[in-house]
Amino acid sequence: MDKSGEAYWKAVLTLIAQVLAVWFFVSFGCGILFADALNSMSIGGYPLGFWFAQQGSMYVFVILIFVYGKLMNNLDIKFDVHEE
Amino acid sequence: MSLQAMTYMVVGATFALYIGIAIWARAGSTSEFYVAGGGVPPVLNGMATGADWMSAASFISMAGLIANMGYGGGLFLMGWTGGYVLLAMLLAPYLRKFGKFTVPQFVGDRFYSKAASCVAVMCLLAASLTYIIGQMTGVGVAFSRFLGVSNSTGVFIGMGIVFMYAVFGGMKGITYTQVAQYCVLILAYTIPAIFISMTLTGNPLPQLGLGGDFVGTDMSLLGKLDQVVMDLGFPQYTTMTRISTLNMFVYTMSLMIGTAGLPHVIMRFFTVPSVKAARSSAGWALVFIAILYTTAPGVAAMARLNLHASVNTAVKKDYATDELRNAAMFATESSIRYDDRPDWMKRWEVTGLLKFEDKNGDGRIQYYNDKNTPAGATAAGWKGSELSVNRDIMVLANPEIAKLPNWVIALVAAGGLAAALSTAAGLLLAISSAISHDLFKNIFMPDMSEKNELMTGKIAMACSIVVAGYLGLNPPDFAAGTVAIAFGLAASSIFPALMMGIFNKKMNKEGAMAGMLAGIGVTMIYVFAHKGLFFIKGTEFLGLFGGKANFFLGIEPNAFGAIGALVNFAVAYVVSKITPECPEHIQHMVESVRTPRGAKAVDGTHAH
Repeated sequence: MDKSGEAYWKAVLTLIAQVLAVWFFVSFGCGILFADALNSMSIGGYPLGFWFAQQGSMYVFVILIFVYGKLMNNLDIKFDVHEE
Repeated sequence: MSLQAMTYMVVGATFALYIGIAIWARAGSTSEFYVAGGGVPPVLNGMATGADWMSAASFISMAGLIANMGYGGGLFLMGWTGGYVLLAMLLAPYLRKFGKFTVPQFVGDRFYSKAASCVAVMCLLAASLTYIIGQMTGVGVAFSRFLGVSNSTGVFIGMGIVFMYAVFGGMKGITYTQVAQYCVLILAYTIPAIFISMTLTGNPLPQLGLGGDFVGTDMSLLGKLDQVVMDLGFPQYTTMTRISTLNMFVYTMSLMIGTAGLPHVIMRFFTVPSVKAARSSAGWALVFIAILYTTAPGVAAMARLNLHASVNTAVKKDYATDELRNAAMFATESSIRYDDRPDWMKRWEVTGLLKFEDKNGDGRIQYYNDKNTPAGATAAGWKGSELSVNRDIMVLANPEIAKLPNWVIALVAAGGLAAALSTAAGLLLAISSAISHDLFKNIFMPDMSEKNELMTGKIAMACSIVVAGYLGLNPPDFAAGTVAIAFGLAASSIFPALMMGIFNKKMNKEGAMAGMLAGIGVTMIYVFAHKGLFFIKGTEFLGLFGGKANFFLGIEPNAFGAIGALVNFAVAYVVSKITPECPEHIQHMVESVRTPRGAKAVDGTHAH
């Protein structure tokens, strides 16, 4: 396996792009751009688009940071660049 | 015990608690003072960051704005939490690896230039000062209510207390004080919310209650609220967009990248024990912030419903048909008589933030949207809405409106003060270190003594408080709106510079400086055109741009930071292509910043 600094950085950028895609989808996507369309469905009594804007996206953000942290730590170990 | 006495007691007790903890924790060395959270468990460190972060804008102002903006208010919720995802992924771990204390130090070293550092100081000052104006607005609201004085007097008292707190306290860096402040403010926010959610929906959790049914009916609370506000001529609560979808998009983006560009937030991540900890502490901070932020929508919607119900007795009743309900809403006896108004209204009238004007002379209070007068109102002889309620008072007034016990009302006052003071103190420390250390010590007067450096910092703090307090008397916007402008300024200047410093190793000093100046420049011009030159009333210059507000694609000034950031990136890219390339050794340094191994303890010196 390629363990160079370049390969590590490429892996990091890929991970960041994936997390950002989810981040964008729940907030700007479901919370703003598609909110009107989603409002015809409901979750826990909330119209769905409204829920994403005022509740859902925040829960997803919290989960995203921890998932990112875990995956980054795995990457660091895999490429042997973790802190001693 | 009277409400006034109870408030003094609770506020006094919380202050005694903070000071007590500060004295108890003082034993540590000066480096411990700076290395906030070194050796503190990440969970507690997250709480402390939460206290640092959540200010008067989050605590006092935000839910009131959401109550008014409905669905559109979600931009504050998404904006001020989503930024943490960016911070955790794009900045925190790399800035930690870099190992410096402040943003101007990073900019100065990465862009190998004192001039770049100087530009960063200017941007930081612009953003932080604007932020403090917002805090002063919030502090003014809290003190005016709590001491029963006018709003202006409240701002003056607030200035004095913030000064003492920041200059003599040095409490900012002591993590345990902030943990205590977090506990006070989160209890103060959630306890009344739980009470109110219980009363209105039977569900103690506001996060779930807001989706629940209005108590005693099979109608959802949000459905009920939609119905009430639309009856009174306001836009539907759950679908009301902030100006336009584009504006809401840009506004949310501006708050998100502003979060990742504010000096006092970033500073906390410079000093965590390791790169790994930098990633997870952003997560813990967001957990504790989200507790307040997911409660806020419930607070907002329920406060809005209670506000309407407290002046119109038909609001909470159940009617068989729309006709019956409509008739009841506009019936004469449904509007309460001014003489019978609840005590909380009398208390807020003293501050000048709540006003009643009997336009149709019937001695009753009619509160509705007179820009879109409903047919029933005209028929009933209503001559314009008679109640004006400053949005910043909603959270503080909420427990009073809901008739909660006095100790809850007192606790909310203490929470609001904790939120405002902890953040103002943090910002003032960022300002004083930027001026005394990054500007004077490192650029203008390298041989300044430590004593003079400290004195310069204190003078800078005092000047900032006076300027912010003065502008806080006639604030450019509600507290959260002003703070949003501060985020815009940070978003358009600091965030792009840090991003490019890490992710584009070829970015040179010319590009970074030109980008920061262009980004913050266009943002300031747009904001000042609407809000007055340096926020001074009467100096607006919208006329230069055709005289129409929000002239750029209908985007409001508070949201413009995202556009400024785009300008920043574009200008920096073009300039870096036509100027000498970034030196080799800087490019190597950027590469080393990208891997966690070898992160050293933070040191505050410059590498020049």
